[in-house]
Amino acid sequence: MDARREKNETTVERKSARELVVTRTINGPARMVFEAFTKPELLRQWWVPKSCGLTLLDCEADVRAGGKYRRVYGYGDSTMEFFGKYLEVTPHSRLVWTNDEGDEGGAVTTVTFQESDGRTLLVMHDLYPSKEALDEAIASGATSGLPETLDQLDEFVVAAGASA
Amino acid sequence: MRAYLDASFAALSDATRRGVLEQLGRSDASITALAAAFHMTLTGMKKHVEVLEQVGLVTTEKVGRVRTCRLGSRRLNEETAWLEKHRQLCEARFDALEDVVEEMKRKEKSDGRKKRKE
Repeated sequence: MDARREKNETTVERKSARELVVTRTINGPARMVFEAFTKPELLRQWWVPKSCGLTLLDCEADVRAGGKYRRVYGYGDSTMEFFGKYLEVTPHSRLVWTNDEGDEGGAVTTVTFQESDGRTLLVMHDLYPSKEALDEAIASGATSGLPETLDQLDEFVVAAGASA
Repeated sequence: MRAYLDASFAALSDATRRGVLEQLGRSDASITALAAAFHMTLTGMKKHVEVLEQVGLVTTEKVGRVRTCRLGSRRLNEETAWLEKHRQLCEARFDALEDVVEEMKRKEKSDGRKKRKE
């Protein structure tokens, strides 16, 4: 067994025409995982992984139902802003927020935190307003506020799918 | 199309199978060699290869007693590729979250110790 296979697995699935679901178990109690999602100073430590080439310049969140959030990313010389509002905030178990930066209605993100034996199962569910909206997000490579910048993944996918 | 996407995604959802694709990207290999490289039984590796073969990511050819595997000719379509890319992004993100939670656990433990001392 190498270390890589013992790592908690992250899964991504297009559950239906309008839904994208990501799951991952985190080794820690739900209250801590929830806190890491809701305290901006903690969120900025992990939301944007270093490998993706973006920096999170600003991160504000008024975490309560109806409260707004705003995240500003830097990429090279340009910046991108993402914003929306929280629809539901249920401590340690459920968060729902809108993604309002697009021209038309954006996806609604629901995150649930289920604790079992000191570990937390995270389920992130994005519901897009239409099939076309999700198709478009996939076609443009943009989702979760991050562009396609993972070059090593391009290489992997090319290697995996290369014509023989 | 849906069924193909689901099957392709399922094929890629396993770390060993992704490892096998990476390996075959470098050179063809027999099932025996793959099993050894991934510390698995022949039967276990055969199953993984069958899953990859079903979606066209890998082809195999048996010559004598050796079954050689190579990358298949079926290109991952855009959506499958995107889902895998998105998965790896989420993985990097949640790995970082895990580090943050580990740090919180450590801090709480040491704070607890400090409080008991006071």
